[in-house]
Amino acid sequence: MSANARPLSPHIGIYRWQIQMVTSILHRATGIALAAGTILLVVALLALAAGPEAWDCVAACCRSWFGTILLIGWTWSLAFHWLNGIRHLAQDLGYGFAPATFVRNGWISTIGSLVLTVLVWACVFAQRGGA
Amino acid sequence: MAEFTLPKNSKVKAGKHFPAKPGAKKIRTFRIYRWSPDDGENPRVDTYEIDLAACGPMVLDALIKIKNEIDPTLTFRRSCREGICGSCAMNIDGTNTLACTKAIEDCPSGDVKIYPLPHMSVVKDLVPDLTNFYAQYASIKPWIRTQSAPPPDRERLQSKEDRAKLDGLYECILCACCSTSCPSYWWNSDRYLGPAILLQAYRWIADSRDEDTGARLDELEDPFKLYRCHTIMNCARTCPKGLNPAKAIADIKKLIVERAN
Repeated sequence: MSANARPLSPHIGIYRWQIQMVTSILHRATGIALAAGTILLVVALLALAAGPEAWDCVAACCRSWFGTILLIGWTWSLAFHWLNGIRHLAQDLGYGFAPATFVRNGWISTIGSLVLTVLVWACVFAQRGGA
Repeated sequence: MAEFTLPKNSKVKAGKHFPAKPGAKKIRTFRIYRWSPDDGENPRVDTYEIDLAACGPMVLDALIKIKNEIDPTLTFRRSCREGICGSCAMNIDGTNTLACTKAIEDCPSGDVKIYPLPHMSVVKDLVPDLTNFYAQYASIKPWIRTQSAPPPDRERLQSKEDRAKLDGLYECILCACCSTSCPSYWWNSDRYLGPAILLQAYRWIADSRDEDTGARLDELEDPFKLYRCHTIMNCARTCPKGLNPAKAIADIKKLIVERAN
């Protein structure tokens, strides 16, 4: 019997998904999404500097259904990363370590980010409808 | 490195089914991870139907009942049956805890799923190999390290206030529930010390009688040993003793920042 033949016990596939693990993985995922979104922000700014034709093209992309889905995704990423980032800042200062506290705060960042996204896009759609 | 899937030899297959004996009154199904080094097979999950009317209240009682009455090959560690030895640490119903202090009725309805501590090398069934975990414990030199000569006529004394600083730390029984609940530890257990060992490290840093705090912090100030903690907090949520390793790690990080100023 060699130790190499020993199996590795199941881990992420069997561990219960609790809010603290979900927010941790979402914080990373939204961070990556925001980094990618920054590139598109630069593209938009370049188009703005290049003139009305380039800008119209970017604006049309943003108004397409695909562009809208991406923008909603980035809005939520920003909202979540921001709210959850506040939580991480507090933890870096030594606060918010009691299980009851981080469970509550995890739900606040998750639900809060969805609420903020809905609010922002309610405004956007109201303006688009009016335009 | 993070590898989300299991190696080929670790994939879990369907296992045997042991139905309840006729006349059983209150049946509960337990799904238990099995692996034997002797048969060359992959791990499997066996299903046991237990009559709770003839079983003690804790998950450990059910495991012992299975071993005694249904399947003597089932292998697990256990000793004190009162949450002080840490032997029966395992993953029950998705989180790590001690089988002896986890009541069967506290597992939500449905089957009770039992696995060994996550992301560990399996010796047999529910027995993980803790060699690396203990080696990491030894690496922090978990004893009072002093510079001064001891008083000739008595032990090294400690005020009640200083003693109180060890509350929430000295209770750790090194069951490894927290470390093996930590995704950072899953991916980096070769270099990251993990929550249990870091809580133990802080237990000596916080001890007023220890005179080697500077060296202890030097040893921990490392991108992997300490700073793989990303405050995921699984450790604090799962500790069967109600301790908070994440807080101890944060306190170590704070001490390292403070001494730099």
